[in-house]
Parts: sequence; C-alpha cells; structure tokens
Amino acid sequence: MNRNIVISTDKLTKRFGDFVATNEITFDVYEGEIFGFLGANGAGKTTAMRMLCGLSTPSSGKATIAGFDVYKETEKIKANIGYMSQKFSLYEDLTVQENIRFFGGIYGKKKKKIKSKSDELIQQLGLEKERGKLVGSLPLGWKQKLAFSVAIFHEPKIVFLDEPTGGVDPVTRRQFWDLIYDASDRGITIFVTTHYMDEAEYCNRVSMMVDGYIKALDTPTKLKQQFSAETMDAVFFELARGAKRKAD
Amino acid sequence: MRTLRFLLQKEFRQIFRNRALLPVIFIAPMIQLLIMPLAADYEIKNINISIVDHDHSAYSRQLVSKISSSGYFVISDYGTSFNAAFQQFEKDKSDLILEIPLGFERNLVKENEQKLFIAVNAINGTKAMVGSSYLNRIIASFNADIRLEMTANPRMNPFPNIEVPSINRFNPYLNYPFFMVPGILCTLVTMIGVYMCALNIVKEKEVGTIEQINVTPIKKIHFILGKLIPFWVIGVFLFSVGLFVIAGLVYGIRPAGSIPLLYSFLFLFLIAVLGIGLLISTYSETQQQAMSIAFFFMMIFMLMSGLFTPVDSMPNWAIVIARLNPVTHFIEVVRMVVLKGSGFNDIKYHFLVMTGFALFFNSWAVWNYRKTA
Repeated sequence: MNRNIVISTDKLTKRFGDFVATNEITFDVYEGEIFGFLGANGAGKTTAMRMLCGLSTPSSGKATIAGFDVYKETEKIKANIGYMSQKFSLYEDLTVQENIRFFGGIYGKKKKKIKSKSDELIQQLGLEKERGKLVGSLPLGWKQKLAFSVAIFHEPKIVFLDEPTGGVDPVTRRQFWDLIYDASDRGITIFVTTHYMDEAEYCNRVSMMVDGYIKALDTPTKLKQQFSAETMDAVFFELARGAKRKAD
Repeated sequence: MRTLRFLLQKEFRQIFRNRALLPVIFIAPMIQLLIMPLAADYEIKNINISIVDHDHSAYSRQLVSKISSSGYFVISDYGTSFNAAFQQFEKDKSDLILEIPLGFERNLVKENEQKLFIAVNAINGTKAMVGSSYLNRIIASFNADIRLEMTANPRMNPFPNIEVPSINRFNPYLNYPFFMVPGILCTLVTMIGVYMCALNIVKEKEVGTIEQINVTPIKKIHFILGKLIPFWVIGVFLFSVGLFVIAGLVYGIRPAGSIPLLYSFLFLFLIAVLGIGLLISTYSETQQQAMSIAFFFMMIFMLMSGLFTPVDSMPNWAIVIARLNPVTHFIEVVRMVVLKGSGFNDIKYHFLVMTGFALFFNSWAVWNYRKTA
C-alpha cells in the first residue's frame, strides 16, 4: 500500500487531570480508506476523535490531519473535514432544505452550487416530499442519512462519524453504509466509530481501543486470524474483556 | 460576510419559528409595560386611619371631615377607645391612629394651644412615613383655617404664616407613569436582551449543534455576531414600540429631547447588555444554569438601578454597585432625554461609561468563548 496518508498520529495523548482518556495512540489512515475505530464505551474513542477534528487540544503527542497540524492549524483542518457527532447535529427547527443551505453556506459554497447540489442530494436520499419539512419531524434513520450527507456536502477530504447508526434499524443501517461506500468511492476518507460488529466487517481496516490504548489494528480478516476468532464479535470480546474502566 | 449572512438568516428563521418564545419576546414586555406603571406608583393613597375622638366637638368633627375629604385616608374606625384602635393596628387593619384628647375645642379656643397624638404603624415604612406627613399637613392647614376664623381682622393675625409655594419642573403634575414608564421600558429591554441572548447560545450547547458549528471553519467573531445582531435588532424594535406606542399613545409621553441621541445611547447599551448575555452563555452548559445566573444578575440590575429608589440616597457602597450597573446609566439617560430634554453634553459621561461596559463585557465574552476545548 503506497497510498497517501491523510491522518497520522504519533503518541497522541489526552489527559483530564489524572485520568488519561487517550494514551499514546499511534496510527495512520490512508486516503479513501474506511477506517473503523472500535472500542467499548469509555475506551476513549470520542476523545481521540475530538482531538483529530480540532475540537479538543491534545495534551501531548503529534498528529496531522489532511497535512495540517492539530495544535496550530485547527481552522485549516476544519475546512477539510466533515463531522457527524453522536448527538444529532442538524437544526431540528430548520427544514431539510434550509439545513443543507446553511451548512453549504458556512463552508463558503457558491449559491448556485448549493442549489444544484442540494437538489441532487435530496433526490438521492429520496426526500423530495420532505424538503420543506422541519428536520425534527423526520424519523431518526432519515435524519442520520441527511446528517451524513450534510457532513460531506462540502466535499471534505475526511469525514469523521461518531456512532452514526446508533438506534437505527437494520434496513436503514444498510442504506447508510451504501452512502458511506459512495463517499469512499469518491475518494473521501471515512473514519467511523461503531458498536455494531457487522459494521466493523464493512471497514477496510479496524482499530480496537481498550482503556485509552489501541490494542489491535488490522483488516477484519487478519484480526480474526490473529485472535483465531470466527467473527469480529469474538475479537471484540477477546480484547474488551481485559478492560478495567467501567462503561460511562 | 457571506458566512454572516447565512448565520443571520438561520437565526431569524429559528426565532420566528419558535411559537412558544415569540409571545414572550414581543407580547409579554408590552403587557408588562401597560400594567406595571399603573401599579408602581409612589403616591400613597388609601391610608387606613383609626380616629379616637374623646372630644366630640364641632372642631374635632371638622378635623375628621377634613381628613376624610383629603382623598388620601380611609377612616377604618372612629371611636373613643385608644385600646380598641390599637387592636386594629395589631390586626394591620389601620396604618395610623389619631387621638383627639378631651377638651380639644375648649383648650384650642381658651388656651390657644392643644396637642394631638399620632401613632404610626411602621411595618410598611413608606406608607407610615408618607401617611404621617400628610396627616401633619392636614392638621397644619386645619390649624390655619381655625386661626383665620378666630382672628377677626386677618391683618392683625398674630401668627404670621409662611407659605412655600413650589412648582414641579419636567413633570408638573407629578404624574408617576411619566417617571416609571421610561424606567420600566429600560428594564424590559435589558431582560429580553440578556435572557434571550444567553439562552439561545446555551441551547445550541445543550442540543449539540454548537459542536457541529465548532467543527466548521466559521470564524468565532462571525458566529458571535450572528448571535448578537438578531437580538440587537429585536431590542431596538421593542424599545421603539414601547416608546412610541405604549409610552406615546397610551401614557402620552412625548420625548422632550433628541430621538437620534436617545437611539445612539440605546444602540450602545444593547451592545453592552448582549455582551453580558453572551458572557453568561460562555460560562454555562445548560439553559437551567444560564437562567439561574441571568436571574441573579437581573435582580441586581433591577433593584440597584434607581428604577424604584433613587441611587443618590443609597449607602456609599451601594452607590458604587449601582454605578457599575449598565441599567442605572440607561435608565438615567432615558429619563433625562425623554423627560428633561437633555442634550449630548449632559449625558456624555454616560456615553463614556457605556462604551466602557460594551467593550469590557464583549471582550471578556469573546475571550472566553472557545471553539477548541
């Protein structure tokens, strides 16, 4: 693999007082890759992701995102990434159309471009009838698909997804992953956390976090071989069993 | 600038779409402005007085009728026992006791002198003080009437009367709404500014959308302006409706001074007040926290602003607090310009102070607002 590296971390650490949320994590993510970021609740996934997005300053270690430094160039990082948080991140009191327009607008997209792209997007998601409806009135699965589409509306290099499919039904989850593959085909790097092990199988490579450390990192197939397990579920149990931290 | 336009469009859409909040922003302050000045009246009326009359003479009856016809007093009981009157006192049914002694008329005529006794229920201090001073004035005027009656030739009056006529400038009829309406209007504009601004930003924190904003390349200053400008516009709008519609049409208050001057001060004041709202939002994580902090400061802003009690009569330490309260300066300026017609030179000190507040609160808030934790 001699693809370009888009995310690179070196002993990246975040401490909150005595508590080390993320402990010297080191890994690379390649361009266009679907990178699964797994771990039990409280393992430090969200903290790591927030540092990579420029939302939180690391305590020590190094990291570059899309070639920009996480300490000094957070604003440049922000222009090049998309982010979908655990909490629902669109404005519920704005309509589908208004949300797309707003987020397109604040990333500096031209009006005409926003117009044509949002038509395309709404059609792709099959939301033609809902474009004038408030986002708050849509079912969760639709909201999540829309939130993902909005997160990649400005064509970022990387998109970070923090448990994007939590609480979503299997059919919609499948559709959600179709959107992820689509984006990946267009060259967008996907960095995704999840608790669904079937979704872990969809990733090109998977990392496992336990108690703030990255305990394993490889393709799902190799991980299963390494832990001589049948499924990713078994791999997860094998690793997470040793965790000392209580779930949050 | 384009970013700011998108932010403003979003804010206005959200504000006007919030059916529960719209009446609170636009209707409630106007209703308060209509009702509160009528109740917040310093003129004390309906003072309950118990009269203990031991004399039952023509003069004592004359005095009683003078008291009851003054319009300030309600005679709650009229009897001959001080103890009975005192019981009324204890039940809080009367505020004053006037005791007219036996031989009141006789002594007044024969000895040219008589003492009356007034007992004051000082639980409600203002009412008691004002009541006893009214009563003293009525008695003095009753005294003058009798003297006039008794002295055949008024020119030979052995008791020269000194009368002190006074006129009330700027509010000739001591119309309390004239005084209260501008003040109450000021506090309402302040409340809307502080609460709405603080709650709006904290709501984004609570819902989680602020995270989404923080991960975009939006500049901090654009985001903040996007939040301040809508409430600044709403503040100016509310003040205008309050001033021209409610104060103007309902209470007949026409600003005596320059409108542009008044508005320049309003513009500056709103920037300062919104800065406070912004500051509160940067220190709170939930709307409940923001509401509690805002409430604490609003109480101080209201009670220590000279709205109800004059700042000059506060103790020195309180005057310092009142002077550090932007609302004090705003109320003072609005009263000066609206009632007195003061010009720029009269209020330039307030302009200076308010500029200081605006810079102080906003820089503090901007400094404390972080996109990166």
